[in-house]
Amino acid sequence: MTQIFYLISISALVFSFLKSKEKTKLALKKAWKSFESILPQILSIILLIGMLLAILTPEQISMYLGNDSGWIGVLIAAIIGAIILIPAFVAFPLAAALLDSGAGYMQIAAFVSTLMMVGFVTIPIEIKYFGKKVTIIRNVLAFLFSLIVAAIMGVVLG
Amino acid sequence: MKIAGLIKRYKLFLLIFFINVFTLLFFPKVGAQSIKISWKNILEMLSVIPPIFVLLGLLDVWIKRETMMKYMGDGSGLIGVLIAFFLGSAAAGPLYAAFPVAGILLKKGSKLSNVLVFIGAWSTTKIPLLLFEASSLGTTFTLLRLFINVIGIAVIALLTDVLLSKSEKEEIVHLAIARD
Repeated sequence: MTQIFYLISISALVFSFLKSKEKTKLALKKAWKSFESILPQILSIILLIGMLLAILTPEQISMYLGNDSGWIGVLIAAIIGAIILIPAFVAFPLAAALLDSGAGYMQIAAFVSTLMMVGFVTIPIEIKYFGKKVTIIRNVLAFLFSLIVAAIMGVVLG
Repeated sequence: MKIAGLIKRYKLFLLIFFINVFTLLFFPKVGAQSIKISWKNILEMLSVIPPIFVLLGLLDVWIKRETMMKYMGDGSGLIGVLIAFFLGSAAAGPLYAAFPVAGILLKKGSKLSNVLVFIGAWSTTKIPLLLFEASSLGTTFTLLRLFINVIGIAVIALLTDVLLSKSEKEEIVHLAIARD
C-alpha cells in the first residue's frame, strides 16, 4: 500500500512539475514545512512509546486482560490503547497474541478501538490544528465510543 | 541563533533521548529494547510519511479554494461527507499525519464536520489496515468493528459539530489559514 502511495505522489509530482516548476517547488516547500513543524513532537512520542513498550511486555498486559477481568479489564485495555501509539503492523499481531495468551474479546476490542481513535500522546499535535475544545471533545467521545464497541463485540463474539 | 532555536524546539526530544541513554547505561536490557522499538518506529514513520506530505503540498498549491468549498464546503451535503470518508479511508499512515492534511482541508474551505469525518475514517476505516486486521484478528471481528465504527465516526463528527459555537468554528479555520 505504501508503494502505491509513493507511485501516486511521484506521478503527481512529475505531472505538477511539467505544468509549473514554481508551483511544484512551492508545494515541496510546504510539504517540508508541515512535516518539520510536527517532527519534534513525533520524535519525542516515538522515544517515549519505545521506553513504555520496553517496560511493558505483552505477557504482562494480557495478565490483566483475561475474559474474567470484566469491565475493569476493558477499562485497562482502553486506557493502554489510548496512551500507546504503535504502527498497525505491530498492533494487530500484538492484539492477536494477547487473545492467544488469554485476553478476552471485549478487552481486545476496547484496546484496538482506542488504539485507533484516541491519541493521548498526540494531543499536542491535534491541538495545534484543531484547538483545545475539538481535541478534547473528539478524544473523550472516541474513548467512550470504544467502550460501546467493546460491549457490542463482547456480546456478539464472547 | 539558529542552533539555539533548534535546541529549544527539540528540547523535549533531547530530554527523553538522554533519559533513554541513561536507561541504557543502568538498565541495559530495557534500554536496548526501548531503542530497538523506537528505531523500528522511526524507520516506519520515515517510510510511510513522505508521500503523504508531498500530496499535502500539491493539494495546497493546486486545489482552488472554490473547488474545495464546492465539494466539501458548507453546501456540499452528502457528497462532501462521502468524499471526506473515502479520502480518509484511502489514506495510509498514522493518525498524527492526518492532522496537517486536515489543516489544509480546513484552510481551503472544507466544512469542519466533513474534516472530522475525514479524521474518523483515517483513524478506523483505512482499507490497507482492514486487510491486515482481518488476517490477524479474523473477518468477523474486523467487519463487526468496521460496522460499529462507521456509525461512530458519524456520531462523533455530528456531536462535535453541535457542541461548537459558530465563533469557535471560525477560530479553527483562522488557525488553519494563519499557519501559512
